[in-house]
Order: sequence, then C-alpha cells, then structure tokens
Amino acid sequence: MNTFGLYHPGSSVLHRAPAGAKLLAVAVVVLVLTLWIRQPWQVLPALGLAVLAYLVARIPPRAAVVQLRPVMWMLVIIAAFQTLLAGWERAVVICGSLLVAVALAALVTLTTRTTDMLDAIVRAAGPLRRVGVDPDRVGLVLVMTVRAIPLLGTVVTRVTEARKARGLGFSLRALVVPVVIGALRTAEAMGEALAARGVDD
Amino acid sequence: MSEIRFRQVRHAYGDRAVLDGIDVTLTERRIGIVGANGSGKSTMARMINGLLVPSSGSVTVDGLDTARKGREVRRRVGFVFTDPEHQIVMPTVAEDVAFSLRRSGLGKEEREERVRRVLADFGLDGHHDHPSHLLSGGQKQLLALAAIMVTDPAVLVADEPTTLLDLRNTKLIARTFAALPQQVIAVTHNLDLLADFDRVLVVDAGRIVADDEPAPALAFYRDLIG
Repeated sequence: MNTFGLYHPGSSVLHRAPAGAKLLAVAVVVLVLTLWIRQPWQVLPALGLAVLAYLVARIPPRAAVVQLRPVMWMLVIIAAFQTLLAGWERAVVICGSLLVAVALAALVTLTTRTTDMLDAIVRAAGPLRRVGVDPDRVGLVLVMTVRAIPLLGTVVTRVTEARKARGLGFSLRALVVPVVIGALRTAEAMGEALAARGVDD
Repeated sequence: MSEIRFRQVRHAYGDRAVLDGIDVTLTERRIGIVGANGSGKSTMARMINGLLVPSSGSVTVDGLDTARKGREVRRRVGFVFTDPEHQIVMPTVAEDVAFSLRRSGLGKEEREERVRRVLADFGLDGHHDHPSHLLSGGQKQLLALAAIMVTDPAVLVADEPTTLLDLRNTKLIARTFAALPQQVIAVTHNLDLLADFDRVLVVDAGRIVADDEPAPALAFYRDLIG
C-alpha cells in the first residue's frame, strides 16, 4: 500500500466537507455500526452505506480496492479464527464491521487533502497548548509518520536489491542492520531538509 | 544582493578539520563552489543557511550571525538538497509547496495564490494535485525548488542540485537558475552549470584555493584534479 498520495481529487460533497467534520462523522458512524451490528444480515446494510458513500464521493472502484486490499488478508485470518472459536455468524459480524470501518476511514483519506487533515489535527490539539504541547509539532509528527512509511519501503527495497545484486541469500541481520542505518540516514536528511525549510524554527 | 561573510571559519568533526581559514565575502548574483568529494564545499554551503555553525569563526548573512540568528537567516536563505526526495514532505505537489508557508502568517487565500503562482513559474501548474512521488527526477527537483522559492528568500543555496539528474533535467534546472532573480550559490560537480556565473570558488582540503571568474577558476580546478 502506498500511503503517500492517497488523496483522490474531486469536487463531491464529501471532498468539500471540512476534514474535522469528516473525522468526527466517521468516528461516530463506526461506533454506532459496531454497536448495532449483532446479526450477520446487519452487515449488508452497513456495507451498503459504505458503498453509497463511495458513490457519493465518486471514488472509482479501483481506488477503493487499493485501499481495502492490504487489510483483506488480516480479515481472512480473523474470520478463520472466529469461525473456529465462535462460529461463522460471529466471524461475519466481526469481519463485516471491521471492513465497513476500514472502508469509511479510507474514504476520509481519499477525499481529504493531507493539509486539511493536518489543519484539523492542529486545531483539535489546540487545547494541549495549555499543558505545553505545540499543536503544530503534533501535526508535523503525524505528517512525518505518514511520509516515513514509503521512505522506509524505499530503504528496504534498496537493501534487498543490493543483497540480491551481490548474490547473497536471505539473512535477517543482513537486512535489519543496513535498513536501520539507512532509515537513520534518511531521517537525518529529512530533519535537515525540514530545518532548512524553517519548519522547526 | 545579500552579503554573505565567512570570517576565519574553521569547522571540525572531532579532530578532523573539514574547513579551515575560510575568509571570504560573497556579494555576486551567481556564485559557484566546486571541489572534490570531501573537500568541504557542502559544509560551506550548509553554513550559509545555518544548518551547520562553524567550530570557530563566524558566518553572517546581511550582518545576521548564523549561529545566533538561525531563524532569521533561514528566512533569507533557501536551501535545495541533492536528493529532492528528502525535501518533499507532503503527498501532492501543491500541498508540498503550501507546507513551506504554514508558519508564514499569511491567510489561506493568499497562501493558495502564492502556491499557484510559484507552480506556474516552475512549470508545474498542471501538476497541482499530482502525487509528488510520481513526478520525474527533474520535476521533483523543480518542486523542491518551488517549495523554497514560494517563501521568497533573498538567497538560494543549492547543494549539488543536478547530481541525480539526466542531461535534459540538468539543462532544465540550469535554465531555471538562470531565470531566478535571487542570489544563487550553487555547489556542483557540473562545471557547465557555472559557465555563466559571476564568480567561482574552488575548495580543496577545507580551504579556498582559487576564487575567480568561471573560466580561470574552472581551468585551475581542472588542473588541480588532473
């Protein structure tokens, strides 16, 4: 999953809605659905709601699938365990609720610019200023966390390719050590770039 | 143009001095710094923006000491790195440029207007919502440059800005630099980039060994590296 650049440009009502309102709405809807879904059939209207929201946002099915694919294997494992331990009905309820929750959360990401999300988080963290927390820094940390994921992926790919190019087999130590060093170097370079942009002043 | 002054600058990592006895004043519009790997040229460039402060001596930009007035210096001096990937923070082109203005105090509309203008200036106006990481190497370097120039610095320092680029993108960056109204200080191995500059410094083993117009300075550098 590429978490860098998930925003899907558009002009739908969901795209135009304030980021804070969308985050709050998704939290409330997910909570309500989780409490409400108790029978397998109840998953269907919940999924229908999620599909309707995607249609309203005019998100292409492919973009939606890209969002949900990474969690599918986890849902399969959970479903298998739940079926064995609590029966298929429980498995449908648990996995259905999770799928709807992830789909709705992903919809917020797809329809919200990172900048708007950042502004909403900074506003929400505003009261923390009273206890000495800088809201801008909270937002920056979250943005950098999101940015770090693909960068770390790049480091892992580079190390793996270097190992293959030298004809070496898999070794956990040969992977972890250069990845950690590469990650630290990348972090240092990014920190320097942020300082150069005056972000940390 | 700004006045950048190095006064008896020495910088060391442990016992190893990477710069020593640097005493120079830079006021020209286009200044190039060349030198072999490890010669100290990038250290010198980082000092102009206050990313590094000297172990001894001082660096000032328009009288502002980089060690004491780092924030003010960084507002005047923009810095472009070799690898734009490290400089790009936000997922889309416009957002990354706008990120530079977060603490500018400007209103949202003015920020958006400035972003639109600078993207147009750097030929990225068709990429407003384009994912930053999907740009070509040259476009990424242009984005990194746009993200700096949107803050309207008086000086732009570029540390090997064309090292990772192919010939076409190198030419694109060279043309972009030539069109900038700002003072530009470029650290580079690409000697062609400096042909039209006003002044070139040659750095070797932590010292400035030549300081002249491009033609004689670059001839000296070619002789130096054999």
